[in-house]
Amino acid sequence: MLEIERLSAAYGLAQVLFDLTLDVRAGEIAVLLGRNGAGKSTCLKTIIGLLRPMSGAIRFAGRRIDGLEPFQIARLGLGYVPEDRRIFSDLTVMQNLEVGRQAAHGRPSEWTPRRLFELFPNLGRMQHRRGARMSGGEQQMLTIARTLMGNPKAILLDEPSEGLAPLVAEQLAKTVLELKREGLSVLLCEQSLYFAQSVADRAFVIEGGHVRYAGTMQALAADVEVRDKYLSV
Amino acid sequence: MTASAILIQFLNGLSGASSLFLVAAGLSIVFGVTRIVNFAHGSFFMLGLYVAYSLIDRFGHGAAGFWGGVALAAVAVALLGALVEVLLLRRIYAAPELLQLLATFALVLVIQDFTLWAWGPEDLLGPRAPGLSGAVNIAGHQFPQYDLFLIVLGPTVLLALNFLLKRTRWGTLVRAATEDREMAGALGVNQKWLFTTVFALGALLAGAGGAFQIPREPASLYLDLSVIADAFVVVVVGGLGSIPGAFLAALLIAEIKAFCIGIGDVTIADSVISLPKFTLVVEFVVMAVVLVLRPWGLLGRRLTPPRRVGAVERPLALPSRRAVYALAACGAALALLPTLATGYSLILLTDIFVFALFAVSLHFIMGPGGMPSFGHAAYFGLGAYGAGLLLHRGGLPMELALLLGPLVAGVGALAFGWFCVRLSGVYFAMLTLAFAQITWSIAFQWDSMTGGSNGVIGVWPAPWLASRTSYYFLALVTSAGGITLLWRMFYSPFGYALRAGRDSPLRADAIGIDVRRQQWAAFVIAGLFAGVAGALYVFSKGSISPDSLAVPRSIDGLVMVLLGGVQTLTGPVWGAALFTWLQDAAARNVEYWRAVIGLVIIALVLAFPQGLAGFLRDRFAGERHAP
Ligand SMILES: Nc1ncnc2c1ncn2[C@@H]1O[C@H](COP(=O)(O)OP(=O)(O)O)[C@@H](O)[C@H]1O
Ligand SMILES: [Mg+2]
Repeated sequence: MLEIERLSAAYGLAQVLFDLTLDVRAGEIAVLLGRNGAGKSTCLKTIIGLLRPMSGAIRFAGRRIDGLEPFQIARLGLGYVPEDRRIFSDLTVMQNLEVGRQAAHGRPSEWTPRRLFELFPNLGRMQHRRGARMSGGEQQMLTIARTLMGNPKAILLDEPSEGLAPLVAEQLAKTVLELKREGLSVLLCEQSLYFAQSVADRAFVIEGGHVRYAGTMQALAADVEVRDKYLSV
Repeated sequence: MTASAILIQFLNGLSGASSLFLVAAGLSIVFGVTRIVNFAHGSFFMLGLYVAYSLIDRFGHGAAGFWGGVALAAVAVALLGALVEVLLLRRIYAAPELLQLLATFALVLVIQDFTLWAWGPEDLLGPRAPGLSGAVNIAGHQFPQYDLFLIVLGPTVLLALNFLLKRTRWGTLVRAATEDREMAGALGVNQKWLFTTVFALGALLAGAGGAFQIPREPASLYLDLSVIADAFVVVVVGGLGSIPGAFLAALLIAEIKAFCIGIGDVTIADSVISLPKFTLVVEFVVMAVVLVLRPWGLLGRRLTPPRRVGAVERPLALPSRRAVYALAACGAALALLPTLATGYSLILLTDIFVFALFAVSLHFIMGPGGMPSFGHAAYFGLGAYGAGLLLHRGGLPMELALLLGPLVAGVGALAFGWFCVRLSGVYFAMLTLAFAQITWSIAFQWDSMTGGSNGVIGVWPAPWLASRTSYYFLALVTSAGGITLLWRMFYSPFGYALRAGRDSPLRADAIGIDVRRQQWAAFVIAGLFAGVAGALYVFSKGSISPDSLAVPRSIDGLVMVLLGGVQTLTGPVWGAALFTWLQDAAARNVEYWRAVIGLVIIALVLAFPQGLAGFLRDRFAGERHAP
């Protein structure tokens, strides 16, 4: 579904990603793990086209997407949920969803605001509230819902659990699994195993912009050495 | 004033506000989404007026001809706006914001000469609106019907825009892109298309604002800069990006102007104050007051800078030993030049020295200070007037006048700077513009002191400096000395602290730098050196007029700095030399020299988005990086 091959990227003169290779298979949840500053967000930004790669290839649904504009990549069916949420604070919940809306083009499931409000009942109760007046958890739900309005085949989720209360995070994990059941592929970024463990099928661990580990989530959970060396508790 | 007179003036204000609001709303929408401050917006207004004039002329003065002409004119300007966006602006959205400004200013020059070519230099007064050419009786006064129509037009457009922005998908996307264009793009919003339509809408509003003025004011070549200045003020007073704010501000300013004219002269303690004359600056005074009290405008909010991944500004390089030798060699060559060259080239070079110092002084606050002044000519002019008036009215010898004149500029910068450094970015730029405009109007109107529009004449240097060659040396030594001093300050602890304040004000504050004080000091130093340039200038020309501190002179300075490249050290000097030479050569040899300069600037901006010196530096990486 999403294949990244020997990807390198830099901010100006400072290189941040080095020959990163990873992939997400259709219908699975893969997690990119690493400490703060490891390069996870940079990796997602490069995939969605916000940052031009220095070298390497990115393929999505069988097509080269590196070098395309973000809006073109999004229209191919790749959704992006940034770590800092980036809700349009001036717009209401409904209007935020409207910005994300795109035609389905025969994708597995078609999302409408009504279906999304079933998935996120909280949002349904505040359709006309402005983004600025929502709590962190509500904003996190809205960013995901907003991205789903584009009817993506796969989504990139950047540290969705950060700053959420444990109960809310648990709810979020259920939602992510629900999305998987809908047929979506997910690339998740996390700093610790805590949230990832409950949802991911496979894991990649990065440090300093290099992939240090690739394998199943189960194998990583058992590998104490890798966990201690590269991950936050 | 009687109650009925007050009512009439109030209505006058309302009708004046409409066209002001249309233009300002367009400027505001375009800025909100694209973050481009479009200098050419006033030119679109001007074109709207001219095109409407010609169309109505062709279609006939009947109702269909008039209204059809007005509507078509607005649409034509909108199409031109779309074309400009696609061909020019789209290529430079990623360029530094000041360079975008430079490109739109180049458009002003091109459009101005195009208008001159197409319609000639005479003012053209259009016909009255059929069906609305009469007057109605309101409380015993005759009030034009067309003005009543304009009173309705403003709120109608406000409502229409409100609907468009709040109730349509297009409007939702525009508002999303205004807040975070990168995120909108990542959600599949095609910004290119969105920006083109936004720009077209902005141009449509400007064109309509111009076209609807047909029965009220003649089409004139001066409209572009005067309208853009008015529109800037309205947008800034209302709050950048806020349409209701623009409406409110247009109303406020138009009403104050109407009442200034209506009240006429007032006598306070035996001195007559002419309020109608005050209309020249009233909007700038309003803006200055609003910006000091409410830095984000009446209904505006604090701007978040557009997010840009991967844009890291390189630190300003310390010039290498080789570069220093090369500069010294340049200076030596210039010192030897009078033995070879004569006459005109010495005059041109003297001008270049003056403007090089002016440009470097502006660069001092723009580059390390991060404060783009749009009114730096005020200090140039204050220095020039200071020197001229000290000589004439103060009876000082020329040498002393030359030395003390710049202090006048320094004092001006001290006073204005105190207010300006409280703001940043576009707001800072606008406040400097306001103070420059106020200074200009004082020079223009205080006849008894400054000679009004004629200025001060007969300001010649002392006999021992009067020859071309000796004045050339004076200018060379003063300018080179001033530039060297300023450049040394770039790399002094003061310069580093200034840059720290520019790059991360919070962190600079935290390590004990008083950012505002530093910026204030820099502002005063820059003003002082601009004053030196101005004082040099006045004695080289023998006269000084209000033109030398008007808006175009400030823009010249910006163009010089940006042409050379704001992130370079020596760039502004090359920019000043190139621009001064180009202006001189083009003005002497080509009829439409503004268009030529405009096209050259556009070509340079497209080819070298980092400025000339920036390009050369990247190409021949000769400068080392500062730590
Ligand atoms: N906009 C940026 N400009 C320059 N460097 C950046 C920028 N964003 C992140 N970095 C640097 O890139 C590295 C990786 O950052 P990031 O991808 O955000 O890591 P993570 O998401 O794993 O915490 C860090 O060293 C960070 O300082
Ligand atoms: Mg991150």
